[in-house]
Amino acid sequence: MGFSDWISKAGNIVFLVISVLMVGAAVLVVTVRNLVHAALMLVAALAGSAALFIMLGAEFVAWTVVLIYIGAVIVLFLFGIMITRAPTGNDPVRLDHKRRWPAVLVAAATFGTIVTATTLAFGAKEIPEGVVRTDVLGDSLFGRYVIPFEVVSFVLLAALIGGIVLARKDPE
Amino acid sequence: MIVNQFLVLAALLFSIGIYGVLARRNAVLVLLSIELMLAAVNINLVAFGSYIGDVFASGQVFALFVITVAAAEVGIGLGIIVLIFRNRSSANVDELDLMKW
Repeated sequence: MGFSDWISKAGNIVFLVISVLMVGAAVLVVTVRNLVHAALMLVAALAGSAALFIMLGAEFVAWTVVLIYIGAVIVLFLFGIMITRAPTGNDPVRLDHKRRWPAVLVAAATFGTIVTATTLAFGAKEIPEGVVRTDVLGDSLFGRYVIPFEVVSFVLLAALIGGIVLARKDPE
Repeated sequence: MIVNQFLVLAALLFSIGIYGVLARRNAVLVLLSIELMLAAVNINLVAFGSYIGDVFASGQVFALFVITVAAAEVGIGLGIIVLIFRNRSSANVDELDLMKW
């Protein structure tokens, strides 16, 4: 299947637009000099991933990403940026390390390795159409995957208690 | 839609996240890059889940687990960063050389 076949489908044009927006936002997350702008660019990237989940028929996961990531995690990040009084303007403090080419090298090597492996393994295999209904997901989550679900709940509880212990001031 | 287009996009986002983790100096920005990598992993999981199409929707269940663990990780990570900032009045990862011999 060539590129002209691929692009002739409407869903793939939508995918292309969303992915270009996501990659642009992701590059801005790791390069922009203002920390608040970096957090807001992460919002754009995560919104793009939610749109991809809807394209893949995973509506519950898409709205979970919107609620938890965009709603809660980003607010937490903004609190962290404000509390640590990180540079939010054109301050002289550097946000990047001096030498950046080893990081570029590692990232490019990772990308090359993953893309080679997935292209060799999957080629042009199609994703079947279909939407996973939320009741199916709920049955699976509280049926087959109930033990992992409880474990994850316990991890979240431990993180909650750990966050309280960390944030508390030491008694003198 | 072929499955490889989602995998290539996820690989690109993951690589950008790796660059951010390695090149950024501020600890909050390192955590932001880790979030980017976790989002790439979620795209992979949901794409494989739709590709396999099993009755348990396993890919989406595991994407939900990853989201939960990411939320816990951000809470603890930011708590630690705020504590480090309170003690050393700096959140730069290259100045945290207390354990370097």
